[in-house]
Amino acid sequence: MVKIDLDCRGQNCPVPLVEVRKALKKAAKGDVIEVVGTHPASKKEIPMAVEALGEELLEIKDQGKEWVIRIRKV
Amino acid sequence: MTGKTTIIVHSGDFDKVISALIIANGSLSMGMDVTLYFTFWGLNRLKKGGLEKGPLSKMNMLGLGRSMVKGRMAKANVASMEKLMADFKELGGKIIACEMTMDVMGIKKEDLRLELIDEFGAVGSYVNEARKSEITLFI
Repeated sequence: MVKIDLDCRGQNCPVPLVEVRKALKKAAKGDVIEVVGTHPASKKEIPMAVEALGEELLEIKDQGKEWVIRIRKV
Repeated sequence: MTGKTTIIVHSGDFDKVISALIIANGSLSMGMDVTLYFTFWGLNRLKKGGLEKGPLSKMNMLGLGRSMVKGRMAKANVASMEKLMADFKELGGKIIACEMTMDVMGIKKEDLRLELIDEFGAVGSYVNEARKSEITLFI
């Protein structure tokens, strides 16, 4: 299992969503992607994409003005 | 993966093409397949060096409005059209170029960025893609 860090702080629509999709495509089964960002809509929409893709949402948390989302590739 | 989005990119306007690419990339990111069908003015954006060259659909003011919008987009950290296109291809997006438009506008294959184009086609190709699509738009 590999942990993949994605820094999408400051990025606007649709970049955080697209970067998560790209990372999931490259990841192996069991890998965990941790994405940190500031774009408000992406905090809602990344979990929607994770559900649509059938991957596993591990955690959503706030860190000051940033959010952190952890996803496991199934 | 479930579902499909098919978009006709008829306009070559900067703001409309970027909207089409954002919707396309959002669809790919949410697990859908995507086909973009470039026709009429839209096809100019697939010419070599043409992707970012479209005018604004409103308040272009001989390119001044367009420069202002591009400046504001850079400030808001909006991705460039080239990045959106690179992401689109990386996520498996498909592009069809309209052959009739090429005939009408005198565009030759060598004028176009062939590395982006998966197929040359006509209305039948669009219908064949759109009939399998949950989302289809004309931009």
